[in-house]
Amino acid sequence: MARISGVDLPRKKRGVISLTYIYGIGPSKAHEILNRVGLDDSTIVEDWSDDHIKEITRLLQDVYKVEGELRSEIQMNIKRLMDIGSYRGIRHRKGLPTRGQRTKTNSRTRKGKRKTVANKKKATK
Amino acid sequence: MARSLKKGPYVYHKLIDKLTKAKESNKKTVIKTWSRSSMIIPGMVGETIAVHNGKTFVPVFVTENMVGHKLGEFSPTRQFKGHSGNRK
Repeated sequence: MARISGVDLPRKKRGVISLTYIYGIGPSKAHEILNRVGLDDSTIVEDWSDDHIKEITRLLQDVYKVEGELRSEIQMNIKRLMDIGSYRGIRHRKGLPTRGQRTKTNSRTRKGKRKTVANKKKATK
Repeated sequence: MARSLKKGPYVYHKLIDKLTKAKESNKKTVIKTWSRSSMIIPGMVGETIAVHNGKTFVPVFVTENMVGHKLGEFSPTRQFKGHSGNRK
């Protein structure tokens, strides 16, 4: 019984850790939320009362942007960059790093798995 | 680090002069500039500004969404046509 904004929280973990399972909540926000509700960081989720859970759910709905809403906002921001044709938008379109990192080597996170070009012969064919 | 708010956005002073002149004459003129680091301010919306990319002037039509970005962001300095044999 600890389903908050569409995510199942692990019941056996400390409150602060558990809340970070929600997209958009990290350690600091988790701490902030528990503070506002008046729970200790280390209280295990199982031991939360229904009132506390209700309060946390309300906070997440009204005050913080989490999960789908946050994801869509990020997508909107990226889309804006692409629509106005800015350099960052172009980099997003091409799937390359946007903040000026080198691309001669590395940047595999953005570029994905290595695509090896065997040798010139094959290329000219 | 971000620029201090106290100073306001950076716009090259000659570019401001050109802008006010263009506004007065009320003609649709393309403003040429080399100042890629100038911030796009609300006064530029609807104007076409030709931003130098080191070689040519790239015409940039300023829309509302662009406010707060720098002019250079819309005038790419590098040209990459793709690797050989990378046909799709």
